[in-house]
Amino acid sequence: MASETRPAPLAHHFDDYDQQREAATLGMWLFIAQELMFFGGLFLTYTVYRWKYPLFFALGSNQLDIPLGLLNTIVLIGSSLTMVLAVRSAQLGRGRQIAGWLAATMTLGTAFLVIKGFEYHHKWVHHLIPGKGFHLAGTDDPAAQTFFVLYFCMTGLHALHMIVGLGLLAFLVPKALRGEFSAENHNWVEGVGLYWHFVDIIWIFLFPLLYLLGRHHA
Amino acid sequence: MSTVHVTPVRTYLLVFFALMVLTLLTVGVAHVNIAHHLPGQMTDAINDAVAMAIAVTKATLVILFFMGVWHSARLNKVIVWSALFFLAVLFAFILVDYFSRGWLGVPGK
Repeated sequence: MASETRPAPLAHHFDDYDQQREAATLGMWLFIAQELMFFGGLFLTYTVYRWKYPLFFALGSNQLDIPLGLLNTIVLIGSSLTMVLAVRSAQLGRGRQIAGWLAATMTLGTAFLVIKGFEYHHKWVHHLIPGKGFHLAGTDDPAAQTFFVLYFCMTGLHALHMIVGLGLLAFLVPKALRGEFSAENHNWVEGVGLYWHFVDIIWIFLFPLLYLLGRHHA
Repeated sequence: MSTVHVTPVRTYLLVFFALMVLTLLTVGVAHVNIAHHLPGQMTDAINDAVAMAIAVTKATLVILFFMGVWHSARLNKVIVWSALFFLAVLFAFILVDYFSRGWLGVPGK
């Protein structure tokens, strides 16, 4: 099977593989720059409302499960490590190894979403979904829902990015097994890797902002 | 013919280890009221500042090593810095507006 497929060739409008790779990486960085502005709006909203309702944010944050959040942080950073090892294998042109590291990344990414699912379920059971049935111990003010609106928007958008990332990884594994990536041309692996690390960085900020604030009062 | 820089596995493992240590550190300090342990007029905001400093350090490690910006083309670094610059512009202008409302007794603020 491997003999039938060849690594993706150089596109005719590029001088050499280096130029092709640099163009692909630059394009991915531009995409990530606009993704940063996309998430930036939510982080900004968080800042404004936290400044307006510090007490509700502290009360809401104390409802979140730190051990699960910490576990998910470790799982996600671990998936960034396996992703970077996939890119490294691609740089060395080792097809089967790429597929192995990509599969490991998918496993960790899926574990993250499963843990997140348990957390969402816990919020549902404890009436912490914004809306009619919402109830947060310590306050009757409807504005207390603000923290949870932002919690679900921010972690939800992050989880959506994880799902897209898992889809991209699933698309790359068979390509890697067919030997379509070479040391000269593995731009798909490189680009998805950048995307995956970006999603990891978003979580690096979400974890302290959502789970850890106001804990020193408790 | 290709001039890709291949980083040793040891570097990636060291970065991962540093990220783990910083993650545990940020959980640890979140439970400490830092302002109580410092002299002078410190407020709760010191906890947020420490948490964000740790997060920025972690993000920097990911960007430089996992995303390979350390060995990346200069044009990519320009994109990274300009993305951060425009994020700062977004934050600065909106926050200046929100935080200064009510400073003047303007009707309908």
